[in-house]
Amino acid sequence: MKKTIMLLVMLFTAVAFSQNKNAKATIEVDGVCMMCKKRIEKACFKTKGVKSAEWNVDTHQLVVVYDERKTSLKIINENIAAVGHDTKTVKASDEAYNSVHECCKYRDEELIKEHHK
Amino acid sequence: MKNNMLLLLLLLPMFSFSQDVVSGTVVEDVNGNKVPVYGANVYWSGTSIGVVTNEEGRFSIPFSKENSQLVISYVGYAQQVLNITEPQVITIQLEVNSSLNEVVLTAERKATEVSLLDSRQIVTLNSKELLKAACCNLSESFETNAAIDVNFSDAVTGTKQIKMLGLTNPYILITQENIPSVRGASQAYGLTFTPGTWLETIQITKGAGSVVNGYESIAGQINAELLKPLTDAAFFVNLYGSVDGRVELNTHVNQKLNDRWSTGFYIHGNHRSWKKDNNDDGFIDAPLASQVNILNRWQYANHESGWVSFFDFRYLKDEKLAGEIGFKPEDDRLTTNAWGSEIATKRIDVSNKTGYVFKDQKYKSFGLQTSYSNHDQKAYYGLRRYDINHQSVYSNFIYNSILSNTQNKFKAGLSFTYDQYDEYIIDSSVARKENSIGAFFEYTYDNGDNFSLVAGLRADTHNILGNFVTPRLHLRYNPWEGSVFRASVGRGKRSANIFTENQRYFASSRNFIVHNEGGEVYGLNPEEAWNYGASFLQKFKVFGKRGDVSLDYYITDFKNQIVVDVDQNPNEVQFYNLKGKSIAQSVQADLNYNLAKHLDLRLSYKYYDVSTEYKKGNLTAPLLAKNRVLANIAYQTHHLNEKGGRWKFDATWNWVGKQRIPDTSVNPIEYQLSDYSNPFSKLNAQVTRVFTKQFEVYLGGENVLNYKQDTPILAANDPFGSYFDSTMIYGPIQGANIYAGLRLKIE
Repeated sequence: MKKTIMLLVMLFTAVAFSQNKNAKATIEVDGVCMMCKKRIEKACFKTKGVKSAEWNVDTHQLVVVYDERKTSLKIINENIAAVGHDTKTVKASDEAYNSVHECCKYRDEELIKEHHK
Repeated sequence: MKNNMLLLLLLLPMFSFSQDVVSGTVVEDVNGNKVPVYGANVYWSGTSIGVVTNEEGRFSIPFSKENSQLVISYVGYAQQVLNITEPQVITIQLEVNSSLNEVVLTAERKATEVSLLDSRQIVTLNSKELLKAACCNLSESFETNAAIDVNFSDAVTGTKQIKMLGLTNPYILITQENIPSVRGASQAYGLTFTPGTWLETIQITKGAGSVVNGYESIAGQINAELLKPLTDAAFFVNLYGSVDGRVELNTHVNQKLNDRWSTGFYIHGNHRSWKKDNNDDGFIDAPLASQVNILNRWQYANHESGWVSFFDFRYLKDEKLAGEIGFKPEDDRLTTNAWGSEIATKRIDVSNKTGYVFKDQKYKSFGLQTSYSNHDQKAYYGLRRYDINHQSVYSNFIYNSILSNTQNKFKAGLSFTYDQYDEYIIDSSVARKENSIGAFFEYTYDNGDNFSLVAGLRADTHNILGNFVTPRLHLRYNPWEGSVFRASVGRGKRSANIFTENQRYFASSRNFIVHNEGGEVYGLNPEEAWNYGASFLQKFKVFGKRGDVSLDYYITDFKNQIVVDVDQNPNEVQFYNLKGKSIAQSVQADLNYNLAKHLDLRLSYKYYDVSTEYKKGNLTAPLLAKNRVLANIAYQTHHLNEKGGRWKFDATWNWVGKQRIPDTSVNPIEYQLSDYSNPFSKLNAQVTRVFTKQFEVYLGGENVLNYKQDTPILAANDPFGSYFDSTMIYGPIQGANIYAGLRLKIE
């Protein structure tokens, strides 16, 4: 019984989502500066179906509005990781991470402290 | 809800001063350290009264007893609501939250702002700048700014005329909250019909404007934003008096009726009853005048549904009396007993703006602007009558949305205009109807970084101008940090109202000669011009102080122009279609520098090269200086006490180069003027003493160097003879003028 309800809930959610042309979501994305912001948002806009993307440098929260018929959170996460930024669900490859500018090396604790000075 | 709120905050920029405030700092916890939050929204619940924290996380928001719930929100953090019952200083620490919203970034404002991110070259004058010159209406609001030149149009009516890129106001689209306002019949005196205290901000756009606002702008656009009932002080009074006899009273009363409706009454009156003739030419130096101007605004804002609306009703009555000292209108009107002029204007304006913002899609909205005006002027100048009635209907529907994402935005819409002109010119009546329907589309691309463009196109069908398209393009590129390069190109088209725009020539013995060439408007063709421009701005920091330098160049190339020729014959003003070239070039260089804390300097240099093919040949524009320099220095002391008391000092120095004077060589020797005027300097200065945030007084001087033009009126001793001319004005007519006033504001 429980399982059926779960399944139903999942199904309904799926149905509701698949209809949403203007789905809104928040993704945690790692980064440190305004250059990161531009890179992260650019990666979103390069993803077909993303309508609006705003990343906050202080909170690391990215708010996206996207068309669920054309893209998914998974793709968005992957595309962000592909330009070198870790998201909560997808980690950037070392190769991608190494491609970001020196001032954007968000995995470096020293550098983060530098930015917060 | 929050979306709409933020949008409203964006739409209704606020300038709050002279009131009790709640101030404080918004911080967040980063690894145990308190870090200021830049850009957090702080607003009163259920209102659109809100501010954004600065780089130091600080904010200051007006306090009033009606509001007690202060909301602090920032993307990524839990919204906080505080109960505030009195003005106080608070520190708020935000807590991280997972359900999110968007951010609005606004930094603290300078008096004059130039955006680095807009594709158009827009200069915004806010209330801080507007207060630098205490007097008195829209035409006088530009005295401290170099983008606009202000000159007297004639020596009789004392009207001020403005020029941008070396072109007079008919070539500038002047709008009030983006609804065309000073146009048609109000072209001559309309700038004096918007009181200075009503102004919230003025945006000056050089070069081609946006297609959204129509096809008429050629040299640029000036948009005046008025005070809003919801955000203006509950009560405001301004009293002004000057030694040249002008008295002004401005009163604003605003009332918040409920959560959604606010209303405001803005009442202006001015009066001058002293006859003065300091230059002993037998004519009153500045006309006797009285004006009553009443505006009632209704503002509706529903943050839950996303609907916002404004309803405006305005009534204006303006009367001017000018002429010889001994002129008595009841006995001498339209006779040769004495030369005199009366200009009586009545005007009614009704307008509505309604907008809707889609929920959860703040990039999607639509708006409808509708306005009606009836402008009725009855006037005579000496023996010549000139009456005009102009009824106008304007409507514009705008839809904003995106193409695939917010890097690609567009505006699309439809416009409708109707104008009916009924004129009585000297001894005959002329009537004309104009109507147009147009559609426009404007695409904006912004890569979110260093490049943006705005490409607009509109197609209009007009009963006189025909069917035509108007293209406009703006580009912005930031090659490196703190710099911006812009370029623009666009075309404008308009029908010239030659009589009303050139009314000043009635105050001369010049006969109006219109060369009927079979065109649709007074026998003349529509005016049409291309405008091209480029500008570069660099911000810098020298000795720890911020500043910027900029340079711009604009060229206006007329395809057709109604040439106003006062050089052919001193007894005539001729109007004809342009044959050949008419080109206006303008270069402006600016330096803004913050010399020390609270001490700002602005230097501008302008060069104009405006030449037109007249019947006589190619001549430079008359009564326009090729070279101009402006320097403005503003200083204010620190707050002297916790009530906000301080001193403010402001001085503007203008140097105006020589100007070509229209040809008078065929006149008898005593009625001849030299070919060029002498360069001159003009200095304005003002001191303001702020006692508390509620009360301040100011004292100022205009033209304190007391420069006066020689012979402002040619043949003033024989006003009905054939050499009389009051339009040869290149400099100040009146000498030094001292004024004083006070401002009282209650929240």
